[in-house]
Amino acid sequence: MRHEHIEVNSGLMIALVLAVISIGGLVEIVPLYFINDTVEKVDGVRPYTPLELRGRDIYVREGCFLCHSQMIRPFRDEWLRYGHYSLAAESKYDHPFQWGSKRTGPDLARVGNKFSNQWHVQHLVKPTSVVPESIMPNYPWLLDTELDYTDVADRMKALRYTGVPYSLTQAEYEKNVKDFGKVVADQLDISQAKDNLMKQARTFNYDGLPDRVTEMEALVAYLQVLGTMVDFSKYDEGYFANFR
Amino acid sequence: MSDTTTTTSTPGAVQTTGHAWDGDLQEFNNPLPRWWLWSFYATVVFAVFYWFAYPAWPFGKTWTKGFTTATYTEGGQSHTMRWNTRSALLEDLDSGSDAKRQRQYLDKIAQTDYAAIAKDPQMVAFVNQAGKRLFETNCSACHGRGGQGVVGLFPNLVDDDWLWGGSYQAIETTLKHGRNGYMPAFGSVLNATQIDDVANYVLSLSGVVPSSEASARGQKIFTGATGGCYMCHGDDGKGIKSMGAANLTDKIWTIANVPAAQSPADKLAAVRAVIGNGVQNVRKMPAWGERLSAAEIKLMAVYVHQLGGGQ
Repeated sequence: MRHEHIEVNSGLMIALVLAVISIGGLVEIVPLYFINDTVEKVDGVRPYTPLELRGRDIYVREGCFLCHSQMIRPFRDEWLRYGHYSLAAESKYDHPFQWGSKRTGPDLARVGNKFSNQWHVQHLVKPTSVVPESIMPNYPWLLDTELDYTDVADRMKALRYTGVPYSLTQAEYEKNVKDFGKVVADQLDISQAKDNLMKQARTFNYDGLPDRVTEMEALVAYLQVLGTMVDFSKYDEGYFANFR
Repeated sequence: MSDTTTTTSTPGAVQTTGHAWDGDLQEFNNPLPRWWLWSFYATVVFAVFYWFAYPAWPFGKTWTKGFTTATYTEGGQSHTMRWNTRSALLEDLDSGSDAKRQRQYLDKIAQTDYAAIAKDPQMVAFVNQAGKRLFETNCSACHGRGGQGVVGLFPNLVDDDWLWGGSYQAIETTLKHGRNGYMPAFGSVLNATQIDDVANYVLSLSGVVPSSEASARGQKIFTGATGGCYMCHGDDGKGIKSMGAANLTDKIWTIANVPAAQSPADKLAAVRAVIGNGVQNVRKMPAWGERLSAAEIKLMAVYVHQLGGGQ
């Protein structure tokens, strides 16, 4: 086929251009779906509880990902600053994942349990009140706005379609009991979503307001679980290295 | 589009590509410089070598893993495994030049007792450098970059007043296991007058207000069974470190922001609020035992100790 022939035939040109630019994706992305070791086999990773899930939606709504990544890369400087590098398994229930591509603020992949709930509330309402040099905007409305959780069951159902094991049927529930234990399986039961959300909010009172369930409550619940699901002391480092 | 009429150029000159546009517009066909061409071939050869040396081509459920290796120590044993970004990180953490240089000091800190570290100027210099970075990463979010804290929320680390003790050992315990400061709310235990009396007494302890009849009544509540304040703050109000109970006799305030209050009424109100509401869910310091190594915790204990008045 002569080059001139392609140049004057735009339909053919488009088809061939698409073929050429998809080579990168075909070679680098598609095989990951077939390679066994892409997602590490590790205990502890579970889908978010209803309250954490609502917190995650607020995280996405407020665009936190625009400044905060959630992926610690396997480099020494990141290891020293943020902790263990992120595993693929740790975001396997994230749809969409929050890896991010820009760090105006610090990485948040392991921010869970690093600071107290009180600090998070204070910091989100007015970051400069605790970190004077911070350039993060204020999010005071999180503490003023009651959390709308009327549709939390629907949100879980939607994620269920993407493969997150929230349970609708008895069989799914029993599988979750087998995979995650009863305590977690109860949290993943869509029919109990609202009760679970209220229970978690009452027990832990993330926003410091005992009588209210605010958007702050959900967001802090989410932040406090980030990066805490895997107990790294149970594994040798070589175990994780073997997956790559 | 070009037409393909071949046009001959002057003999001996550089050849043209053979196209002519608009009748006479031609394009020289200069050969690539030889050094450039050979560099290009070399990169192609290198790429092939690279495919064999490092993880490269996927096929089926696995991929070509390469023949290069990385060596690291784990559990006291040396391991050698195929190279990938993760094993390379382990090697870097284990035997990278920065890690090695730093480990000399960290090992020394782990093996030396606190008193000896504080006397060794070289180790103190390292503690100040490394401690500053660790402090900024882990501690400064709450305690502030300089350790000044926020009254009402996060304790000041640069003064010589310690809620949980300012000895090296006490600071190490605080870092390793975290702390959970707690004071019960007296709003439903004492009535408004009683809270007022106790607040007067507490303020009189550090001389903010002079002793009065109210403070005398407050003292009875403080040291008696009605309030029971003495059980944590001590009979003399100097606090009990093992409980994290604040010393009320000095001029340092950690929860009620008395110095910032302008009028005596505001100062009283600030103390009354703490007595009425207690201190709950506010003074929770997370544990760092799993985030930092034992040597790093020891290093931070020395750093925090010398920030202010370590004891």
